[in-house]
Amino acid sequence: MRPPLGTPRLGAVADAGVQVGQPPRKRMLTERQRAERKLAWMLCAPAVAVMALVAIYPIIYAIYLSFQRYDLRFPADKTWVGISNYTTILTSTSLWWQAFGVTVLITVVSVVIELVLGMLAAIVMHRAIFGRGIVRTAVLLPYGIVTVVAAFSWQYAWTPGTGYLAGLLGGNSAPLTHQWQAIPIIILAEVWKTTPFMALLLLAGLSLVPEELLRAAKVDGATAWQRFWRVMVPVMKPAILVALLFRTLDAFRIFDNIYILTQGSQNTRSVSILDYDQLFTALNLGVGSAMSVLIFLFTALIAFGYIKGFGAAAPGQDVRGVR
Amino acid sequence: MNVTARQRVGWGAANVVVVLIAAIPVLWLVSLSFKDPTTLTDGSFYPHKWTTANYRGIFNQPLFTHALINSIGIALISTILGVVLGAMAAYAIARLDFPGKRLLVASALLIAMFPAISLVNPMFNLWRTLGIFDTWIGLIIPYMTFSLPLSIYTLSAFFREIPWELERAAALDGATPLQAFRRVIVPLAAPGVFTTAILVFLYCWNDFVFAISLTSTNNARTVPAAIAFFTGASQFQQPTGSIAAAAVVITVPVIVVVMLFQRRIVAGLTAGAVKG
Amino acid sequence: MAEIVLDHVTKRFPDGALAVNDVNLTIADGEFVILVGPSGCGKSTTLNMIAGLEDISEGQLRIGGDVANEKSPRDRDIGMVFQSYALYPHMTVRENMAFALRLAKEDDEKIKERVDWAADILDLKQHLDRKPGQLSGGQRQRVAMGRVIVRTPNAFLMDEPLSNLDAKLRVQMRTEVSRLQKRLGTTTVYVTHDQVEAMTLGDRVAVMRAGQIQQVDSPEVLYEHPTNLFVAGFIGSPAMNFLPAKAKDGTLQTPLGELRLPAGRGRGLGGGERDVIIGIRPEHFEDASLVGADKRDRGATVKAKIDLLESLGSDKFAYFTVQSERATAEHLQELAADAGTGDLGAGEEGVQVTARLDAASKAAEDQELEIWLDLEKVHVFDPESGENLTLADGEPQAE
Repeated sequence: MRPPLGTPRLGAVADAGVQVGQPPRKRMLTERQRAERKLAWMLCAPAVAVMALVAIYPIIYAIYLSFQRYDLRFPADKTWVGISNYTTILTSTSLWWQAFGVTVLITVVSVVIELVLGMLAAIVMHRAIFGRGIVRTAVLLPYGIVTVVAAFSWQYAWTPGTGYLAGLLGGNSAPLTHQWQAIPIIILAEVWKTTPFMALLLLAGLSLVPEELLRAAKVDGATAWQRFWRVMVPVMKPAILVALLFRTLDAFRIFDNIYILTQGSQNTRSVSILDYDQLFTALNLGVGSAMSVLIFLFTALIAFGYIKGFGAAAPGQDVRGVR
Repeated sequence: MNVTARQRVGWGAANVVVVLIAAIPVLWLVSLSFKDPTTLTDGSFYPHKWTTANYRGIFNQPLFTHALINSIGIALISTILGVVLGAMAAYAIARLDFPGKRLLVASALLIAMFPAISLVNPMFNLWRTLGIFDTWIGLIIPYMTFSLPLSIYTLSAFFREIPWELERAAALDGATPLQAFRRVIVPLAAPGVFTTAILVFLYCWNDFVFAISLTSTNNARTVPAAIAFFTGASQFQQPTGSIAAAAVVITVPVIVVVMLFQRRIVAGLTAGAVKG
Repeated sequence: MAEIVLDHVTKRFPDGALAVNDVNLTIADGEFVILVGPSGCGKSTTLNMIAGLEDISEGQLRIGGDVANEKSPRDRDIGMVFQSYALYPHMTVRENMAFALRLAKEDDEKIKERVDWAADILDLKQHLDRKPGQLSGGQRQRVAMGRVIVRTPNAFLMDEPLSNLDAKLRVQMRTEVSRLQKRLGTTTVYVTHDQVEAMTLGDRVAVMRAGQIQQVDSPEVLYEHPTNLFVAGFIGSPAMNFLPAKAKDGTLQTPLGELRLPAGRGRGLGGGERDVIIGIRPEHFEDASLVGADKRDRGATVKAKIDLLESLGSDKFAYFTVQSERATAEHLQELAADAGTGDLGAGEEGVQVTARLDAASKAAEDQELEIWLDLEKVHVFDPESGENLTLADGEPQAE
């Protein structure tokens, strides 16, 4: 499981305070407002302190390092180099773009498959007549299981001699040692692990489609297919967009699965794996940090694209609007 | 609802397919973990020769037993701390009006979006300076911190569902804001808090990146990281069986949690996510 | 128990909107005052300011003689019944009712005594150990009442406490609330948008519109002598009929014909000709054949074809159309907008008039009927200001 963006906290945060807004003119605070502020700050202080010290500092430090030449093998050479780490990454090596291509491929393909499978699973769960609990438990299993564990399961499944799937692609070769066989396996592992999450979000969206609406469409003469595309999908659109946004952000940072399945060999590196190699194997902190910042920028770009381009509700924005 | 027999069979079959797809990789690991080393490479999904040697093996390895204790201890402590801090902040965000709220929400989002991989290196340096590298605290701190956005978002969604008027009623009943929080909000929020704790626990239990980067010995290494360092019974033997057994061991708690609290987990993952 | 005084109280929202505009109201100790008005008129905001749930922008609030503007709700010692009841779902009925006393650190014995006393009054004894979720709407409502009465606060505030009940229960609880208030004699401010509730419950009723109090009076005075078009149209059900007219020298040219006000009425109209709006309550019409000779003189009769007749058993409502423009005034538009009928009947010919007839009336649909109307009760309003020009008629005549 990657960092906690994996949750669709959508109707969350920003809130009642918003519609109260800021007064147009400087107002004397009443005692109650002052007490309220004091309490709020007191309650937030520990969380803020922890986030600032533990997260914000490394983020700033990473940004700072990204403008340095800083190779742990030659620590004496540490010096300010401006954006040259970035230009190196983006222009003079094929490594980044190779990894970037792999990452985008994995992201797009797995998110699309997840959307389709997730929708099917959501419909099955929504309509489950019996065994609701079993289905739900089964679906939550991939979500809850440790990614590394799942990755090992897939790795062994595809290992020649050991695995029950190894012979599937024909030949005696190990599928995980060929780029064009390894990447689909990585995608499979990713899809298996994260489809439940997608399905649960879509299920939540599905349960918001009023049964009456579907009945009305039925009476109006819509076929099951038409009811799905013309009634359910439009009503569910916010839920679908949220699910896609979160999954895309998450998939773009894929790490655990690849680390276990191929260690990034055979050109199956994602940007996160490449970054890890730079930081922990090559010990090139300057370039590695610049990659981190680039990954972050692309993540932000994806989020921005969804929110502005498709009108997905931003996390932390109250979808329900004001009171 | 009117359901014909054919529909019943159809949906039933669909259920079975979903369950199978979800369960097979897990069953495969269980099977591997019980396979006798001699049949380990027979490629069969089902073990032909059963053994519990793999389990006995890993529980005799300090590498694994320490890691298991580390995993449990670190995940529990991080969860408690993370949820307590998260609950305090989430209450303020959901309920109180104060300047800086948007900034707080935005920074939580920023932290959640920043790739974890890029944070471990500065932390690695800092932790060694502070002397908390390869300690419990060294992992508890990042888990607590990086699960904060999760718990803040989830909890503020739950808090928001508690009717405003209850606090007003409490205020008129003579409660101070703190009393209103403790005696009215906390009991009502308990289910949401518990749900959030489950999600945070799964996050900590699952983590791999921090675990491999911020530990170096049995001191604090958790199971997901330890598995990667497994060796076989002898140097020339593949550790497949041990890894499978270890994997099964750390999956059991997940299965138990999922079975006991599936409703809550679903609610936690989706509550507030997609309100119409 | 205490007197509550609102002294030039104003609530301005941060966006500049005036929710409550310069309200002056003195609620005597033990009095039952109703704030009534359409939604958005500022009545709930006023109540919340008294409770301390919203800040007062300007003016002064005094409870029992002490300035309370800056006091927190808990220091005001006020009980409030919320529209949603706001019962604590995790506490039993007993715990809900005891909560305030417990916070006040009363001893257990006293708490038990008070809760049992309240439960007895409200007939909740057998439900004390249940959670609110297991109660019916009416029971929850009673628990909400119980929660405020256990602690004998300075005042009860009630924010549309009956609006979540079904019609029958609402009537029942209405009498219950009234009886309880009389028994305890606690100062009570009650907010509602239902004018029937307002009329039946209050010692005095304050009608609010656009953040301002239009009139504060006993229900009878509000009904008999509304100060303006808004109050006239808001109070009374079915609503008062309004027709445009011209007034000159005590004579009204109306769509119903020429009406001559009885001697002594219409002094406020002045001498010259002017546009006015006349208002006649449905109950001030009658089937002319049922009106005795003694009353006939002080009224006028009109002939009309009955479009629709509703027989309620006790009365009959007759609807007929008169050829006329609709009366237009700002107050009337607001009332129509609140009732959701703003765009209704715009294309119709003429104006529909409602008359409440005695059950003995032989009126029938599509038949002509001679209808008598009581000229003593006709109101005349200024279309611009909405002011009631016949208000002075109610005063004893100055010789």
